[in-house]
Amino acid sequence: MRYLMSGNEAIARGAYEAGVTVGTGYPGTPSTEILENLAKYRPKVYCEWSPNEKVAFEVAAGAALSGARAIVTMKHVGLNVAADPLMTLSYIGVEGGFVACVADDPGMHSSQNEQDTRNYARFAKIPLFEPADSQEAKDFLKMAIQVSEQFKTPVILRSTTRVSHSRSLVVHEERTVEGRVGFVKNPPRFVPIPVWGRPMRQRVEERLLHQKKLSESSPANRIEWRDRALGIITSSIAYHYAREVWPKASFLKLGFPFPFPDALIYEFASGVDSILVVEELDDFLEQHVRALGIRCQGREVVPGIMELSVDRLQAARAKLEGRAAPLEKPVAFSDKIPPRPPVLCPGCPHRGVFYALGKHDVVVTGDIGCYSLGAFKPLDRMDTILCMGAGISMAHGMQIAGEPRKVVGVVGDSTFFHSGITGLLDISYNMGTSTIVVLDNRTTAMTGHQDHPGTGRTLMGDATVAISIEDIGRACGFKRVFKADPYSLKNAMQVISDELAADEPSLIVFSAPCPLRERRRVGVVRKIQTDVCKGCKLCLGIGCPAIEGGGEMPKINEILCAGCGLCEQVCPTGAIVAGGRA
Amino acid sequence: MENETQSVVLVGVGGQGILLASEILAQAAMQAGYDVKTNEVHGMAQRGGSVMAQIRYGTKVYSPLVPKNSAQILAALEQVEALRFADYLAPGGLAAVSAQAITPVTVSSGTARYPDNVEEMLKVVFPRLVYFDAAQKAKEIGDIRAANIVLLGVVSRGLDLPPDAWQKAIALCVPEKFKDLNLKAFDVGRNFV
Repeated sequence: MRYLMSGNEAIARGAYEAGVTVGTGYPGTPSTEILENLAKYRPKVYCEWSPNEKVAFEVAAGAALSGARAIVTMKHVGLNVAADPLMTLSYIGVEGGFVACVADDPGMHSSQNEQDTRNYARFAKIPLFEPADSQEAKDFLKMAIQVSEQFKTPVILRSTTRVSHSRSLVVHEERTVEGRVGFVKNPPRFVPIPVWGRPMRQRVEERLLHQKKLSESSPANRIEWRDRALGIITSSIAYHYAREVWPKASFLKLGFPFPFPDALIYEFASGVDSILVVEELDDFLEQHVRALGIRCQGREVVPGIMELSVDRLQAARAKLEGRAAPLEKPVAFSDKIPPRPPVLCPGCPHRGVFYALGKHDVVVTGDIGCYSLGAFKPLDRMDTILCMGAGISMAHGMQIAGEPRKVVGVVGDSTFFHSGITGLLDISYNMGTSTIVVLDNRTTAMTGHQDHPGTGRTLMGDATVAISIEDIGRACGFKRVFKADPYSLKNAMQVISDELAADEPSLIVFSAPCPLRERRRVGVVRKIQTDVCKGCKLCLGIGCPAIEGGGEMPKINEILCAGCGLCEQVCPTGAIVAGGRA
Repeated sequence: MENETQSVVLVGVGGQGILLASEILAQAAMQAGYDVKTNEVHGMAQRGGSVMAQIRYGTKVYSPLVPKNSAQILAALEQVEALRFADYLAPGGLAAVSAQAITPVTVSSGTARYPDNVEEMLKVVFPRLVYFDAAQKAKEIGDIRAANIVLLGVVSRGLDLPPDAWQKAIALCVPEKFKDLNLKAFDVGRNFV
C-alpha cells in the first residue's frame, strides 16, 4: 500500500518506524509538520515543543545519551540557535540514534535568510543526509538513525521547502523498537573538559574517515549511467528538476553527501566526458569536486541564489550548450494585476496595536511572527527585523546608542518565550528605558497554531501550567508591567502614550487569542451606513482585508469580517455599526 | 516521458479551499494508479495572500513543481489570480476560472487598482476558457463553501481520470457529513461544460 505523504509527514513516519521514542522541536516553516505528525504516534513516541531550538536540541541530546532514539526538528535559522549544543554533541556523541531534522527555505518563502544547512554538517563534522522526495525522506531518516548509532554521532537530515511540502507516494513499513534506556556513567566519554575533550577531538576526525567509507557504499548515493557525454552531480530536489531537463545524462545522485563519497565521485568522473554540478544554494558539492582535482561546471551556469526549478535549469542548459536562454514571456496585463501580499487577518488582535503605535514618532524594532506583516503599508509600523528575540535587545541597543526618538521593541508571545527573556534581563540589569510590547495572541500563529509555555497545553495534548508573561517581566526586574486589551483602541493608545513617557522600562502585554485559532468571530459583524459615511476612507488605514475600498465609499465584506470593531473605533463619523449580516 | 505527465495548477486566495481541491485531485490520480506529486506553499503565504497548488501525475513524475507553459489545466477560484499565474498554462491548455473577485489589501489601501474588465482580459489571455460563477453554483446546491469542488468538477472534464476515481477520492478526503454535498458539487461542475 502506498500513501501520498508530504516530506514532513514521511520524516515523521520514518522516525516512528525507526523506533524513535523522543521528538522535540520548535515550530518553523517549512519544518513544523514533522513534529506535529510524529506526535500523532503518541503514546509510542513522546513529543514536545520546547521554548526554542537550543533547548529542543539539548532535550533530544539528553534522551539520546540515555539510550533513546531521538529526533529534533527546526528550520534552518533554528540551527543557529542550537549551534552551541550541536558543535559539542559532535564530540561527546550519542548512545541512542540522534537526528537533527533541519528544513532550509531556498527562495525565502517564509524566512529572513537563505542559509544552507549542509555547511553545518561539515562545520560540526557529522554525517548529512539529503532526501529528494517523501519516500527518501522516510528511508533516509531510518538510515540516519542507523549511522548515528553505528558511529555514536549526531546526524543532520536536511530538507528544503519543496521536499518538506511536496507530496509523493510512500510505502510504509513496520516499527522496530529496541528498548535499552539507561544512562551508563562514563566521564571521559561525556564530559568534554580539556583532558577528555582533546581525545574526543581526535576521535571526531577518525570517525569521519570511517563514515566516508560508508557514504561511498551507501544505497543513498547512486550512479545512474545513461549517456556518458554529460554527468550531473546533484542532490535533494534539484535531482528531480535536473532529470526533467537532462533526461539522457548520467547522474551521480547524492543522498548521503557528507562525508563526501570521494571514491564514488572519482568513479563517476572517470566514466563521463564532462561534469555539471546542480545544487540549490551554496556550491557545497562543487567546491569539493574541484578540490578533488576534477574539472566541472556549476555556478557558472546554475544560479546559487533563490530556489531552482525546471525553468531555471532549462536556462542553465541553454547556457551550458551555448544557446540563447529560452525566452521568458512576461505575463499578459502584468501591470494591471494588483499585488496580493500576505496580510494580517481580519480580526487580528495585532492590528490595533500597530495602528496605535503609528500615532507616535518612535522607532519600532520588530521580530519574527505574524506581526512581521505590520511592516507593510498601510500599518507600516515596524522598522527592523533581525532574528527571534532581537526586537527586545535591539530596542535597548538603539536607546543606549543615543537614538533621539523613543524605541519600542515588539515581540510575540511564542517568540518572547523563545528568546525574549534574556533581552528583558539585559534592559533591566543595565538600566535601559525601552518600552517593550508583547503581542500575545496565545499561540504560535504564523506556523499554524502550535502551543507554547504560555498556552497551558502541551504537544501531547495535556493540560499544563500556563506561564505568565507579566510575571516573567516582573521577575526580570520590570516595575511597569501592564496587561492590555488590544481590541480597545482608546486603551491601547493611552497605555502606549503613558509608557513612552515613563523614564524606566515598561512591558505592555496586549493579550487576546488569535481568532483563526479560536475559529470564531471576535464580535458582531460590522457594516457601513452609506447615508452616514462621508467617504473619508480613514477606515482603510487599518489595513483590514474585510474592508473593500475600491469604490467611492468603502464596503465591509460580511463573509470576511471577524467583528473586532477596530474600524468602528477609527471611523470619525460613526458610520460603522454592528449589525452586518452573517 | 515529460509529455506523459499531466500537470494541473489550482490558484486562489488563502481560505478558499484550494488545498482540499488539490488533495482530492491527487487522490483521484492515485486511485487511477498513477505516480503523483503535489506541491503547495505554507506559512507566510497563506495569510490572505495568493495561494497556488500544483498537481502532477503520470507513469513516473520527477519534479513536483509544474514548469511554466506546461500545465494542461489552470483552474482559479479568483479571477485575477488566473491572470497572475497564466504563464503556467501550456499553449492550448484549458483555463477554468470562477468569476469571484476578492479585493486585495493593496487595492483597499489605494496603492493598486482591481481591473474592471477582467472577463475581457481573460478572453484575450486564454483561448480555451471556461468562465463561470462557481460560488453561485455552490450556493444553489446549499453551501457556497463548496465552490472549490464545483471548480474541481469542471477540471475533471479536462483530465482522463475515470469517474469512480473521483468519487472515491472525494469520499476519502472530506468528512462523512459533507460527502453528499461535495459529490453533488462535483457533479454540478462536471456537467456544466
